[in-house]
Formats: sequence, structure tokens, C-alpha cells
Amino acid sequence: MKLEGLNIEVAPIPGAVPGYRAEVDAAQWIDACRQVAEQGGRLVAFWGSDARNEGRGFAAHAALAARDGLIVLSLPVTGTSFPDISSVFPAAGRMQRAAFDLLGISAIGAADHRKWLRHAAWTEHEFPLRKDFDAHHRSQGTGHVDGYPFVRVDGEGVHEIPVGPVHAGIIEPGHFRFSIVGETVLRLEQRLGYKHKGIEKRFEGMTLAEGARLAGRVSGDSTVAYAWAYAMAVESAAGVIPPPRALWLRALLLERERVANHLGDLGYLGNDAALAFGLAQFMCLKEDWLRANQAVFGHRYLMDAIVPGGVARDLAPDAMGGLRYEMDALEATVTSLKSIYDEHAGLQDRFIQCGNVAPALAARLGLTGVAGRASGQASDLRVEHPSIPFRELEVRMATHRNGDVAARVTVRFEEIFESLRLCRLILDRLALGEPVIEVPLPPAGAFGVGWVEGWRGEVFVALETGPEGRIRRCHPHDPSWQNWPLLEHAVIGNIVPDFPLINKSFNLSYSGQDL
Amino acid sequence: MLKQIAATGIKTEAAPQPDEALRAVADRLGAEVLQYFDGALTIRHVDAGSCNGCELEIHMCNNPYYNLEGLGIKFVASPRHADMLLVTGPVSRNMEVALKRTYDATPEPKLVVAIGDCGCTGGIFGESYASCGRVSNVIPVDVTVPGCPPTPLAIMQGILTAISGGKR
Repeated sequence: MKLEGLNIEVAPIPGAVPGYRAEVDAAQWIDACRQVAEQGGRLVAFWGSDARNEGRGFAAHAALAARDGLIVLSLPVTGTSFPDISSVFPAAGRMQRAAFDLLGISAIGAADHRKWLRHAAWTEHEFPLRKDFDAHHRSQGTGHVDGYPFVRVDGEGVHEIPVGPVHAGIIEPGHFRFSIVGETVLRLEQRLGYKHKGIEKRFEGMTLAEGARLAGRVSGDSTVAYAWAYAMAVESAAGVIPPPRALWLRALLLERERVANHLGDLGYLGNDAALAFGLAQFMCLKEDWLRANQAVFGHRYLMDAIVPGGVARDLAPDAMGGLRYEMDALEATVTSLKSIYDEHAGLQDRFIQCGNVAPALAARLGLTGVAGRASGQASDLRVEHPSIPFRELEVRMATHRNGDVAARVTVRFEEIFESLRLCRLILDRLALGEPVIEVPLPPAGAFGVGWVEGWRGEVFVALETGPEGRIRRCHPHDPSWQNWPLLEHAVIGNIVPDFPLINKSFNLSYSGQDL
Repeated sequence: MLKQIAATGIKTEAAPQPDEALRAVADRLGAEVLQYFDGALTIRHVDAGSCNGCELEIHMCNNPYYNLEGLGIKFVASPRHADMLLVTGPVSRNMEVALKRTYDATPEPKLVVAIGDCGCTGGIFGESYASCGRVSNVIPVDVTVPGCPPTPLAIMQGILTAISGGKR
């Protein structure tokens, strides 16, 4: 079949979200990317695979969000090189560099060929995601500390501040290289990959059930979004549809995860602007919320609650009253805290016009998720391509055009209120029936995708099965890949002490992009 | 704002007791040293490759319910100011050098508490081309706190166990 405005033959991918797949040649690869970009589409994920032991070669894959849904392009790679797509989708740059580090396939025509996920643990001639690379092989590596050619800024009075990988707070490791003059940031360059722990290699050979646990630990703060996206991919590959009750409960879990994370972020954003009151208040609310998760679903962060085929923990009918009561109390407190934040001159002085990303820049570089919506990028999968139950809930998207810290705060507040509305609707309309079904083992070579609007942005999982229903290749994709480069832009012209605040307003995952 | 503070009241709950079962090695530091840590301990957190789940719970230790700082235990920005390293994650090979350097930068006498299933055993990530596995494969560990992630109470219990030194 063909999709409107796209000159390639596509085949539908069964599953919960509208998905299509096409094997393309090099010319179609570029053309399809351009066409999707011209129609306002975006790059969701890029990854590579090694099928040499099946008589094929390497392949490059791109998942694109288009008007009609998700389009997965697969390009058989001639030798080890393929045409660059970062000229169309700048966000592809780091993903292509990671694909070279892991698989040894390189984007011809890309502007930046520096290593990305590889530090010193393996050499430039070793490629861990190749099938003939033993996962337990401990390479001697390069034998010295990671050397990385940062871009130097020259000029009178310019100096550098290197920060990390071990940071001053309780946060994940990464390196930030600031080039500054006085207090003003001229340039920030990130060096990530410190947390690379071989997740994609780890998936290979796992059973589908084991994979669900690992998927839930790609980025712990988004465990529900990953577990759902992974389960969706398994169900898509196996051709099964979970029972309605399972899908409604998954949505409840996803919205609870969104509320928990937004509460924490709002607290820390207050704290980073010297309002410790905000941190104490929001952390109490978050703690209450997590305790309810523990009491009702058996885990504070809802890990392993979603499994392929449905949900592992059903909602007891007598727990619903308590959840409703808790939501009413939370909504009242967040409403008064919002008015305190809104009216606090000192806080607003720090938030407004800080860490700007203009809508035009956000569109060009592909900013996504919460940060994207705060910069005028009106995309939310729950609205654009709603799966069950979102298509019945009519989600109202929160957007803002200012693109500063204040806008990212406002979007979070609005999303909390909207999530509470959705949670109430879900409790009202929750279908009866089984919460989980058996998933038959998909045949070798089955392919599935999962695509979920997590609290940070869209989480994507591509899955290919091997013999005995085991995983041949699984690529989990975090929206942080898209948003990290925008943080570099957001801090330009700001002062160094505002960096923690700006960084927090994005709150990106290191683990999710380091894999 | 004052109304909200008054309405919230004091949320702090009782702290957990130390648990000797969490101790990985017999006391490296004598009771006479540990008594100086009691009530004035400084911690440097090092994420050596976690999924960030453990970080969420370490953050929660400082919320008003658990009020870790109320016990005289606080997180500091530099290992040079720290008595204890709280280490999460399987140690990724890309963090191996940074973790060792952080350990070396921490002045003696020092304690190390490994947080979470990954810190204790390598967890679901295990050992691989990219992961060194458990924290004790890279630096000496005094106390291990299992859990995925461990609750704030379990983390506090691990910290208190490390400094209790058999005096209770």
C-alpha cells in the first residue's frame, strides 16, 4: 500500500498504534525522510542492526512520525555505509554516531563523525552490537582515559569550565564543557555515554518476559512508559491485543508516573530558584503519591506492573475510593501551590526568559515531549495517534510558546491537572474482565513496535524476534536523544548559575540515551 | 505560603534502626572512629551507571517524611568533603575510572555503601563488555542495600548500619 505524500510501498505493522514498514533503497531512504520532514513530521528513532549471519548484511532503520502514523524505514546497508539523514533531521546526528560506535556502520555525508557512546572501554575496531562480538568479552580498550575532541571557543577572556562526569548533586553522570566569558555561557558541549552498560546487547537472546524487566530499567523514572512500549512491541510482533481492562490500567499507571515525575520536577525547580518551600511541599505530595502506588500496585515506581499481554497487578475494587480521595486532595494542594509559584516574584524572575528555546529552533532541531510542548511543538501521542484508551478520553494537550523555564513549569502544572482528570475518567470507566492474557511465542523474524507518550516525551521500542521466541534485536529509544542537543542551545547567553535550573526544567535521562 | 506551611505541619517519621545483615565486611573502621560520624556524616553520591531508579529514592530520603538531614547526615558536593560514598548502579566501564578517582579523592577514614540490586550484584545488567557489575568489583564496599530500587527507609538503614560500628 501507499501513504499520501510518500512515494514508497509500505506494509502495515499490526499493533496498538498506526504503524507502517518499508524496505527502501538509498535514494528512497533520503527522499522519504525529506518528504516526511516537509510535511511537518519528525524523527522518532534511528538504529542499526546486523543480519549478516542470516545471509543479509547490516541495516539502518529510521522511525518517523508522519501524518498517518509511524513509518519504519529499513535500509539494507551496502558494505558499512549509508546516506546521512542528519541533514534532514539534525537529531539523527548523535544516533548515527552511536550506531557507528556499536555496529561500525557510518553515515556518509554527516558533518560530525566523532565517537559518541564509545569512551575508552573498547577500541575503534571493535563493535559490540555485531553478532560476532561476544557480550562478555572484556576488551582491553584504548588503555587510557577517554580522549574527546571538544570544540574550542577562542577569544579574549574566554575560558572553559569542565563539569562532571560526577556532578555535585544527586544526579546521573555526564560531562558538560562550558565555554564562558565572565559569567555568560558562550557554548555548552555535552559528552554523554558514561552510563553505557550494554543494554541493547543485553536484550539479545533474552526471553520476551526477561526483556520486559530490562525494558523497565532503561530509564527508571520512565519505567511505565518503557514497559508499555516494550509490551506493545511484543504484542505487535505476536499479533495479539491485550484485554481492554489491561489497556485502561496501563493508561492509569502511565498517568500516575507522569504526575509523580512532574511533582518532583516542580519541587526541584522551586528549589533551584532558592524556594526550598516548594521542594518540601512537592516532595511530600510525591511521597504520598508513591505510597499509594505501593499500597495499590505493589511498587512505588510501578516497576514490572506492565507485562506483555496485560498488567501483572490488577486494581482491587476497594482501592478505587482511596485513589479518588487522594487525587482530590492532591489537586487542591497543587492548585494552591501553583498560585504561590505564579505570584512569587523572586521565583518568576528566575523562571521567565531563562533558558529560551524559540519555537522555530525547536521545530528545526526536533525538540519533543514536555520541553517541545513548552516551545510550541504541539505533539503528544495521546492526541496525535491515541491508542486505547486515550482515543476515548480525548486528551487535552498542554502547550506554550515562550519556550523558557517558566513555560516548562506551566506545561508541567497543566499536565498534572489533565492527568488527574484522565485518572478519574479511567476509574469511572474501567472495563471489567481479565487484566492479562497469554502471549503466544512469535515466529522468528517477527517485528513489532511500541510507541508511548511517557512523562518526558515519546518512548519508542522496536523489537525483532529470533528462534524460540527469543529477542534477536531490541532498540529502546528515549526522547532525551532528541532533547539533549537543545539544552546546549537553551543555555547560550545565560549565566552559569542558571544552568542547574535550565537543566532541571528539561530533566533529561542520561541512562535512557547512554543505553 | 505561611498558611500552606502551617497546614502541612511536621511530616517527619521515626528513623529506621541499623541492620547488621546488610554489612558486607566486618567493621573496617573501629567504633572509636565511627562515633565521630554519628550525628555529623557527610555523603557523596556517585551514580556509576544506574537506571536512575535508585537516584529517585535517594532524593526521597531528603523529603520531610524521612528527613535524613535531621539526623545530621547530609549530601555534599565534593568527595573531598565526604565521609561516605553512596554508590548506585552496576559500574559501567565508562564510569570505572571516575568512580576509582572519586574513591581516591575521599579522605580516610571513609565508608562505602552500595545501593540497589545492581550495586550489590550487578543486577539485571550483570557483567559485560560495558559493565563491571557490582560496586565491590571496583572499590571496597562496607554495606550493601538490596532492592530495585531500595526504599528510602532501606537506604537510611544501610547508611546507619555503616556508621553504627557494632556499638549498639
